[in-house]
Amino acid sequence: MDLTLTESEAAFRDEVRSWLEENHPGPAPEGDDAAEFEFRRIWQKKMHEAGWAGISWPEEYGGKGATLIEQSIFNEELARQRVPAPANVLGLVMGGPVVIAHGDEEQKERFLEPILSGDEIWCQGFSEPESGSDLASLKTRAVNTNGSWKVTGQKVWTTYAHEAKYCMLLARTDQDAPKHKGITYFILDMDQANVDVRPLRQITGEAEFNEIFLEEAEIPDENIIGEVGGGWQVAITTLMFERAGLGAAAVLGLKRTMEDLIAVVRERGLDDDPVIRQKIAQLHIGIEAMRLGSLRALTQTMKSGIPGPEGSLSKWEWADYNQALTELGNEVLGPEGMRAGSDWSYRFLRSRANSIEGGTTEVLKNIIAERVLGLPRLR
Amino acid sequence: MNFDLNDEQQEIKRTAHEFLAARFKPEKVRELADADSYDDSLWKEISELGWPGIAIAEEDGGQGLGMIELVVLLEESGYACAPSPLLGTAGAALVISAAGSDEQRSEWLPKLASGEAIGAFGGFSDGESTIFCDLPRADVVVTFDGEGALLAPASEVDFEPFKAIDSTRSYGLVSEATGERLPGDVDAGRDRLAIAIAAELTGIAQRALEMAVDYARERQQFGRPIGSYQAVSHRCAAMLLATEESRSLTYYAAWTADAEPESLPMAAAMAGARSADAGWEVPSSALQVLGGIGFTWEHDLQFWLKRGRVAGRMLGTPRDHRERVADLSGLGESQAVPA
Repeated sequence: MDLTLTESEAAFRDEVRSWLEENHPGPAPEGDDAAEFEFRRIWQKKMHEAGWAGISWPEEYGGKGATLIEQSIFNEELARQRVPAPANVLGLVMGGPVVIAHGDEEQKERFLEPILSGDEIWCQGFSEPESGSDLASLKTRAVNTNGSWKVTGQKVWTTYAHEAKYCMLLARTDQDAPKHKGITYFILDMDQANVDVRPLRQITGEAEFNEIFLEEAEIPDENIIGEVGGGWQVAITTLMFERAGLGAAAVLGLKRTMEDLIAVVRERGLDDDPVIRQKIAQLHIGIEAMRLGSLRALTQTMKSGIPGPEGSLSKWEWADYNQALTELGNEVLGPEGMRAGSDWSYRFLRSRANSIEGGTTEVLKNIIAERVLGLPRLR
Repeated sequence: MNFDLNDEQQEIKRTAHEFLAARFKPEKVRELADADSYDDSLWKEISELGWPGIAIAEEDGGQGLGMIELVVLLEESGYACAPSPLLGTAGAALVISAAGSDEQRSEWLPKLASGEAIGAFGGFSDGESTIFCDLPRADVVVTFDGEGALLAPASEVDFEPFKAIDSTRSYGLVSEATGERLPGDVDAGRDRLAIAIAAELTGIAQRALEMAVDYARERQQFGRPIGSYQAVSHRCAAMLLATEESRSLTYYAAWTADAEPESLPMAAAMAGARSADAGWEVPSSALQVLGGIGFTWEHDLQFWLKRGRVAGRMLGTPRDHRERVADLSGLGESQAVPA
């Protein structure tokens, strides 16, 4: 057991750190979503030119080929220096890795480079109004018509759909097969009349997400990833890798919020309040436990090569602790915490989604119960 | 960066697990608890394995291994709920190692390392004796008196045995803090002691979790195993989370004691708080999963439940540990006048 960085890990961190210090683009512009997105696109291009954009991608596909520990160090540095996210987040963490793992040579040739450069933005069309946690029940259907497919249905919670060139789309291609077997993984060109994107306004007032309405949208055969009917497996294997290496950055985000919270508590003269002190300590302990649990999981993944279901614990902790932190901030601030549009009221409201997005806490508990503890399946 | 036990530590853990499973079967735990007794021949065996002295320096007669190795043993001892003076003895030795004078070290550490002497520890909180661990059988007593720590042969300490709800260990209450002051770094000793207790609590939580999960797989109600109901399975998932958080914080704290002492105070306070919570919440939750059978004297869960409750409150309450975390977290020391 050694929690210090090895010489080469420390050298890697120093390299990342100094590059970011020299090339930090400054904070993204606020208030204008389109301008912000363009800012992040330019930033991604700069990262790509220096080889950082595809941090987890193999070198032969233009990536950095970083180990999981290095990815973790990299993401932690990004969070530490409050670097804006690259524009094509979903392409980088999901779209590219899917194509690399399951795509053919032509698909790799066609899709990978523009993902890295940010020239083609990707979004993800998985969830549907009637298929949330039970994703495999999805109803969007694709019908084969001589070398191309016509897709009809509705997708929801689609981040960046209005900016995206391509959508990772799960659609049912066999109505008669068992529900997990009849699904195919497509790459949908968003640039066509049969794709209608509408923003979805959230309780925070902003519209981070979209709905997509598909009416006989066209997808050519060559845009199928993997086998027809094999889409579920493709989606699952890549979902498992989605969070690898992201734990450290999530922890750093929580630590940031904790620092801000402590500053507020001091400002308002509540640092001697025994109840507040206990709550802050409790959260400190939880966040530290999450940091250490992520490191333990990372060590295991490095050994076995496959992320285990224990990663569900970190996601669960993150949601719980972020919600508790922002609730406490909201509470200690008095009226300012309730003011519409204030920083803390936004954080407080936005964190309500943490226990829903990317796997509800209930689904995570099911995974832990069934796959870690070996309890009998519910279904 | 590597957060896992090394091969040697895993081997220690496996060996300890097997030894304790063979020697301290639940019926043996019950027999000793009913008799309010330890088994001298088993203590001799444990001593011959070198466990009491595993973290004591070689020049003081120990094995010279680290806090992580001791944590691994105590976790397994908690898992087995083994009635033995291991925690009191190893715990007292941690404080004497960190804070004792040369004389105090040479007088007590070799005897504690060999198991020839038994140690006890405890303290005073607002003038009241805490529960002293392993006191009635001890030869030497470490007492935290608020200013630091005192060391005394047990024969010089005025105490009475305390019959706690936990009958798998012996306890006592002391009438006044007695002994020679330990001149060295008492805080470092106390932090290590908190980690030792945290390790035992982690093992207790692990065992209670397993009891609940085993039962939830087997027990049928309404025609299906109760573990297939989310009200039960999600409770079990929460028990796993509590146990793993306790383990992560405890292993990390042990690592800081050996390798990064500047991080030790915060790490020990966090491990102390989380393990004390887990050491109670998990057995308590296990009882709920077990239902009526878990509430009977006949069922073994009671030993882990009671030991977990007491061990988490021997060296301060979880609240005290959290207050220390708050103090170290940027909120500063509380100025509040104690009520």
